[in-house]
Amino acid sequence: MVQYFHSVKLDREACKGCTNCIKRCPTEAIRVREGKAVILEERCIDCGECIRICPNHAKSALTDPFTRLGDFAHRIALPAPSFYGQFRPETPPEAFLQALLKIGFDDVYEVPYAAEAVSQAIRRYMEEHRYRRPLISSACPAVVRLLQVRFPELLEQVIPVESPMEVAAYLAKDKASADLGLEKKKIGAFFISPCAAKVTAVKQPVGRAESNVDGAFAMAAVYGEVLKHLGRGSAKRPPRRIRAGGLGIGWGRAGGENVAIGKGSLLAVDGIHSVIAVLEEVEKGRLHDVDYLEAQACIGGCIGGPLAVENPFVARVRMKNLSEQSGQKGFQFSADELANWYDQGLLTMSKKVAARPVMQLDKDLQQAITMTGTLERTVGELPGLDCGSCGSPSCRTLAEDIVRGVAFETDCVFKLRDRVQVLAQEVLELARKVPPAMGQKGPNANQGQGGASGQSPPGAVDGSPSGGQGR
Amino acid sequence: MSEQSSPPGVPQASLQLAYPVRGLDFSSAGEAAGRIKRALQQIGVPSAVIRRAAIVAYEAEMNIVIHARQGTLRASISPGRIELIAEDEGPGIADIEQAMQEGFSTAPDHIREMGFGAGMGLSNIKRCSSQMTIVSDVGRGTKVTAILTGW
Repeated sequence: MVQYFHSVKLDREACKGCTNCIKRCPTEAIRVREGKAVILEERCIDCGECIRICPNHAKSALTDPFTRLGDFAHRIALPAPSFYGQFRPETPPEAFLQALLKIGFDDVYEVPYAAEAVSQAIRRYMEEHRYRRPLISSACPAVVRLLQVRFPELLEQVIPVESPMEVAAYLAKDKASADLGLEKKKIGAFFISPCAAKVTAVKQPVGRAESNVDGAFAMAAVYGEVLKHLGRGSAKRPPRRIRAGGLGIGWGRAGGENVAIGKGSLLAVDGIHSVIAVLEEVEKGRLHDVDYLEAQACIGGCIGGPLAVENPFVARVRMKNLSEQSGQKGFQFSADELANWYDQGLLTMSKKVAARPVMQLDKDLQQAITMTGTLERTVGELPGLDCGSCGSPSCRTLAEDIVRGVAFETDCVFKLRDRVQVLAQEVLELARKVPPAMGQKGPNANQGQGGASGQSPPGAVDGSPSGGQGR
Repeated sequence: MSEQSSPPGVPQASLQLAYPVRGLDFSSAGEAAGRIKRALQQIGVPSAVIRRAAIVAYEAEMNIVIHARQGTLRASISPGRIELIAEDEGPGIADIEQAMQEGFSTAPDHIREMGFGAGMGLSNIKRCSSQMTIVSDVGRGTKVTAILTGW
């Protein structure tokens, strides 16, 4: 049984063991062993930083193949808000959404439309609950997993509101089932994903037992298919009215979620390393003046996802223009409809997000304290250059790996060099020694002659076994 | 006989950490508290306790940075007990009771402009710890000890 599903995968053939990825990983989840990167399953949060940094393209995001569409009688595409930023202004949303119907989907349900409902749900949750400030957005699955691994003490601040993707899948299937009289299990909802983390969120969600989404396709792959069909021939059906407004589409870029919430002291941070810096501030109790924290793992937000096509800065201006054209005021659903969804629990998580205690060195407290002490001492003995040659991202992680028993001090090239020097010195000294029976004068001759047939043969003292033992 | 009278049971493991803290060094302020937090995570201290300890350590460290010339942040960790000690060479606190009040601060304007010195430090430490003591010698320095127990 697989404990953790991961979308981020390594191509062992392509990996050269260069150590670029280990230094970039925000959860220290990668080591290089025997010349290849190894991802530590329990630590990986599928943020995709390693996909971006790898010069050999050895890291990739595992997504579903298009053949999965064949498993369902009715197939619905769920385009992420970031999908709207991938096209030039000449291609309006009507056109690229219409093209989705030519590549194997029977219908399209816009995730940005659901994002507008989610924005309202967040607002309502904030109004109705007393909470420790700031609440942290649950929209980016990589950030939620980062919290599970590195900031478990902040998990209670994660807002238990569902992601737009989950809400869209539910509403899409509900509607299709009612309209077509089809069983829900015959309806497949497929997310068009800008990132690996969302794929993982489909396969192994954290805020619910099972995802409403049946599969996730890489945005880049769908984009390619859509391009082939843009503006060619007529679709199966006349062009639909676009339901997502500017506020929902805005979710695809950093800060857009906050704009859609629209009320309170709202902070937006993007880029996983910046997210960590802000979460550290939260942890120190320094952000009580902030009500809500929108945090996204990718720089620029979802348009910066590793599976997106367009340059994120270009996509950002496209999104901004599109948001403005689509209007920023009002939502496409009624207040009653929204209240109904909220009260049914469609917009909130059904499960608490649990911590992943991967930092702990040992289950036994006493043992863990002793090990932490050893770790601190070991760190002090390492050179502190964080060169990565040992295959661990930093001297500190090497020390941790040593304490955990999965690495050795001599994995450090500098430590190894020191040991070799000591050994070479001993070899040299031993080489100078001459057995007494040979009767020649060696460097220890004076000493040796003094007690020629004595009980202590020369060299016995400094020939102590320090060099030969241990590792 | 005398050997048998020594305390029974297995000796408890404990970990001592100590980090120097320099006054007005805002660029590396918070690093010592961060390292202590990481050690607590590696030990597997419950996250609710880590949350409190992280705030105590950070506020204690910031007190040294803001007010003192230099000091040391120490942590002593044993099963069920964390002791955090911030000892500094600084101006000392003349009226500890007053200093403990929320919002009372002697931090100068330029520190406040950076968003520090809001007068919540000591009260935050008190709020987050099970027991707290302050010993101060005006003109020489201050020693703040906070203990977190019961986990």
